[in-house]
Amino acid sequence: MNMSKIVREAANLLFPFILVFGFYIVLHGHLTPGGGFQGGAVIATGFVLLFVAYSYPQITERIGVGALHNTETLGLLLFIVTALIALGFGVTFFTNWMLDIGPILNNPVAFGPNPGDLNTAGVIPVMNIAVGIEVLGALSVIVLYMMSGTKETI
Amino acid sequence: MKNLVIGATVLILCLGILYVGVGLEFGVPLFTDMDEYFVSHGQEQTGGNNIVTDIVFDFRGFDTLGEATVLFTAVLGAGLVFRKRGEDEEYEYE
Amino acid sequence: MFFNLPFIVAALLVILGIITMLIKRNLIKMIMGLSLVEAGVNLLLVSLGYRAGGIAPIFTNAPAGVMVMPTVQAMTLTNIVIGIATTALLLSFVMVIYRMYGTANANKVRKLRG
Repeated sequence: MNMSKIVREAANLLFPFILVFGFYIVLHGHLTPGGGFQGGAVIATGFVLLFVAYSYPQITERIGVGALHNTETLGLLLFIVTALIALGFGVTFFTNWMLDIGPILNNPVAFGPNPGDLNTAGVIPVMNIAVGIEVLGALSVIVLYMMSGTKETI
Repeated sequence: MKNLVIGATVLILCLGILYVGVGLEFGVPLFTDMDEYFVSHGQEQTGGNNIVTDIVFDFRGFDTLGEATVLFTAVLGAGLVFRKRGEDEEYEYE
Repeated sequence: MFFNLPFIVAALLVILGIITMLIKRNLIKMIMGLSLVEAGVNLLLVSLGYRAGGIAPIFTNAPAGVMVMPTVQAMTLTNIVIGIATTALLLSFVMVIYRMYGTANANKVRKLRG
């Protein structure tokens, strides 16, 4: 059954802000405190807020378990592929291969305390995004599985 | 008698853990060579400002790969436990 | 007086978790004990890397000063994620056990049925 209208409207209102805050934490993972796991957990709390506010049939006809599961698989695949591309450059697995290619990505970082640029650190932001997507899918789909397991659908 | 032995073992274990906790000194780390290297060289070798993220995704990348695999396996296990059953298929546990 | 208070608190958390796992018979309370042990280990790891007067190991607009140990923080991050995965899987198992046996008492679910 649904929660009351006040809770549903508040969840609708808060969901975009939680999403923006989570993606901020994911994208700035190499500059500020945070990273893929923390940002993914924040985004997953936004999804869980929606799951709590609405009923299980209403959620599954809009989002779907398969979509979240595919999101998680996509994140893990992106992570592994990013690590595997390093083999094509003749270096070992998990090497930071983006540090010395391209005009945009090889922005040299100033050593010591600095303001920080978004296009530094090579492969680390890509892996942050991959892990963020994976954690977002995983935590949401675990809660969704648990909701489907209760006898009376909440 | 058996409960007494188990209780004594647990008591000794708890006292050992508490002794370790009390004996350590706070604010003075014991072994600092690896962390000194990460703090002083991590920024020039990976280019990231956040040293913790550098360690998680670059120096200890295999660790993170295993961690992501553990999370994926947990989701697969939860999906296996709560998989859809047929409507007429009841549990046979009284 | 208590200069190493974080270590004492971590040890107390681990002890409370072990005792909870041993004397409680409810499966969900045993999982709560496991989470307590995990929280104690996380606190122990983070406070092992603290250096007196240190700042966070992030160079973005950092003030001058020594930095705390970053490796233990990375390992704590790993530990948190693995703990979440383990707890979720255990709670799923407890839900299925409750549905099959009608109880979550560890003394009553241990008889074999087949």
